[in-house]
Amino acid sequence: MIPACPLSALPRGEAVRVDADVPIAVFHTEDGEVFAIDDTCTHQDASLADGWLEGCEVECPLHASRFNLRTGAVDAPPAKRPVRTHQVHVEDDMVYVTLSEEEPNLPPGVSAGSAGAAP
Amino acid sequence: MSRAMNRVVVVGASLAGLATARSLRVQGYDGELVMVGEEPHRPYDRPPLSKDFLTGTTDVADLTLESNGEDLGIDWKLGTRADRLENGKVYLEDGTSWAYDGLVIATGARARTDVVGARLDGVHLLRTLDDALALREGLRRGGRVVVVGGGYIGSEVASTARAMGCEVTLLVSGTAPLHHALGPHAVVVSDLHHRHGVEVVTRARVTGIRPSGGSLVVDLADGRRLPADRVVLGTGAVPATAWLAGSGLELGDGVRCDATGATSLPGVVALGDCSAWFDPALGRHCRVEHWTSAVDRAPIAARTLLGGEAPTTAPRRAPYLWSDIHGSRIQMAGHAELANSCAVETGSVAEGSFVAVYRRRGHPVAVLGVDQPKHFMSVRRRLVSIPAVPSLQGASA
Ligand SMILES: Cc1cc2nc3c(=O)[nH]c(=O)nc-3n(C[C@H](O)[C@H](O)[C@H](O)COP(=O)(O)OP(=O)(O)OC[C@H]3O[C@@H](n4cnc5c(N)ncnc54)[C@H](O)[C@@H]3O)c2cc1C
Ligand code: FES
Repeated sequence: MIPACPLSALPRGEAVRVDADVPIAVFHTEDGEVFAIDDTCTHQDASLADGWLEGCEVECPLHASRFNLRTGAVDAPPAKRPVRTHQVHVEDDMVYVTLSEEEPNLPPGVSAGSAGAAP
Repeated sequence: MSRAMNRVVVVGASLAGLATARSLRVQGYDGELVMVGEEPHRPYDRPPLSKDFLTGTTDVADLTLESNGEDLGIDWKLGTRADRLENGKVYLEDGTSWAYDGLVIATGARARTDVVGARLDGVHLLRTLDDALALREGLRRGGRVVVVGGGYIGSEVASTARAMGCEVTLLVSGTAPLHHALGPHAVVVSDLHHRHGVEVVTRARVTGIRPSGGSLVVDLADGRRLPADRVVLGTGAVPATAWLAGSGLELGDGVRCDATGATSLPGVVALGDCSAWFDPALGRHCRVEHWTSAVDRAPIAARTLLGGEAPTTAPRRAPYLWSDIHGSRIQMAGHAELANSCAVETGSVAEGSFVAVYRRRGHPVAVLGVDQPKHFMSVRRRLVSIPAVPSLQGASA
């Protein structure tokens, strides 16, 4: 379990990237829900925390693939593989993330530890 | 639905055609769906063709646009082109003809070939997967490569060919690569080419390409002769609408459509690179060759076809495009041509990493970012849509 950030530091409609071996993106939706998914798009090396959050979906900042924050499913191409979703719970204003045990779907050319190396 | 819809024919089996097929199904259309494509391939993604597909980082399987197991119930007619549209029927090259209740025109664009010598061996175009496979083979052999073209594809291919170890010269007709698209900020692209060893020749006018002792020579109007092992023509694209001559459709630079994709014929919509939609922000018809425009317009075109009437004008997002040049990510959104001021707000052009915001009467109408995805997105989300701000309309800035 990783302490990600205080909920009070993450306004609704915003996201934060949490550095880890495979980086994580934590989203606070306009409806007040909190979700965590892998930060790296499954298409290429882009940070989903920089994406366009709308409802329960994030659009990749680079080529506009859309991922469902609840399930990780791809709602719009060019990405084809889902992102991993992680469990989140909030305690005393702290957002904690429990990492998924699945293998991450990293894009071609990116491995654990190197995601986000590109600017 | 205003008319009975039992068969929709989509001509052009690529990004725009597939996205529209998806939207039709999402919006409840459950009739016959015929998709005609000239290329033998299922829909694939073109942007990587000038980028990491050429180097080999991504491969053919990575390009497919359909997701695993996706089944839209499409009757595919691939490897055959539509020859003409007449009296409510599409006639295919294979001799069959298809009557339709709804027709989606999504035939995209073709690479320009109006250079003497364009068909010589060793001269490449870059529009299709087959073009890219041939070019990849050629570039792997190294040698001297001359790229002709001042747009995104020219600079992308030049940077990729350089990364693959070729000696690269980029010929542009203007004062700098991408000057047309980026204005004064185009210097960032010239710097990138310079730093990575691509020689750029500006104000170049190619008079022809000719064979010379087993390789090629590119002749310039000023008398210069550039030897090359291969030449890539990235001189732009023209809408693939020749097959529509005589159909009664209004054609200009692309199939002319209103702001919902409707054409001048009932039951016919068009979108993607082959179309020129009326753009309320610009107050004129405009053909846009951007990936996201094709995708964003698919649900609108589908609704127009099924509903027959204008959909409520949902807030439209500003056009967006990206490019990768020598490892730098260039992103542009909005209508820079509407701006009357522009300022760099983050980073610096000299350092090759910045965000420039274009404003009209103080409101942000466009944004350009180089290697600044986060700031770029924060401005992109705030871009003002011109029709939504009446005080911004009108010619005077
Ligand atoms: C090398 C390259 C790099 C690009 N990079 C970027 C980028 O970085 N960012 C960006 O935003 N955009 C980029 N684009 C543009 C983007 O790919 C296009 O905007 C997009 O492909 C348009 O989709 P479309 O379906 O309208 O047309 P196309 O993708 O051109 O598809 C049209 C299809 O119709 C078929 N067709 C044509 N005529 C007929 C006929 N008569 N009968 C049957 N079939 C027919 C064609 O064979 C083709 O398969 C790039 C394009 C290329 C070529
Ligand atoms: S990197 Fe996310 S869609 Fe391409």
